[in-house]
Amino acid sequence: MSEAITLRYTVPGDDFTRAGEASADVKRNLKRMGVDREAVRKAAIALYEGEINLAIHAGGGEITVTLTPDTIVMLLEDHGPGIPDISLAMSEGWSTAPDEVRSLGFGAGMGLPNMKKYSDRFDIQSTVGVGTTIRMEVDLA
Amino acid sequence: MTTELLRQLDFTPLVDAEEREITGGFCGDLLSWAMGRCTEGQVWFTVMGNLNAVAVASLADAAAIVLCHGAALMPDALARARSEGINVFATDLPEYEACVAFAREME
Repeated sequence: MSEAITLRYTVPGDDFTRAGEASADVKRNLKRMGVDREAVRKAAIALYEGEINLAIHAGGGEITVTLTPDTIVMLLEDHGPGIPDISLAMSEGWSTAPDEVRSLGFGAGMGLPNMKKYSDRFDIQSTVGVGTTIRMEVDLA
Repeated sequence: MTTELLRQLDFTPLVDAEEREITGGFCGDLLSWAMGRCTEGQVWFTVMGNLNAVAVASLADAAAIVLCHGAALMPDALARARSEGINVFATDLPEYEACVAFAREME
């Protein structure tokens, strides 16, 4: 593989039946391309958490996944309310998810921590009232 | 040990997908918790029978979901499990008892 391959998705807000479609599609595509199994698993989990966050907190957003010869790069961009305290949001167990979302089994405060855990590099930039951008990279074995 | 073990434990198959090797078990109902801790090939014991639980099992590469306490598998989740090839079983046993029965057989 000599060139980067890019996949783009739009995640709708508040639709938890569709959240997960992008990560499932990325997983299918990467597996078909013969990408290392553990790297695919890590990327799919990190991306699914991101999709759920976009649906719950941001009113939706955009995902761009780029596969280079040695890295899976995932960019998540939204124009939601932003995160006032990123370090608090990154701590395990901290959640602002509403009850409706908790009843589905989400809202454990593990979304952002899992995204970081399953990425080899993780960066988050957020401005209140403007939105949030997250970049995650998973190295190929 | 394969997912055939779950049949031998009298768990009811709801979605009969490909037989998978079992590496262990995981029990819990919070999806992000399961996502971060249920590892490839594990059997996931839960009461969450919704679409998102099936997505988590698929992304985490769980060998099977066992719905405990007689929890229902939602129709859209059933369809997704079939299309994604996720084994789903059901039991009336509480999660603890289902896990104990499973763990005894895994020893």
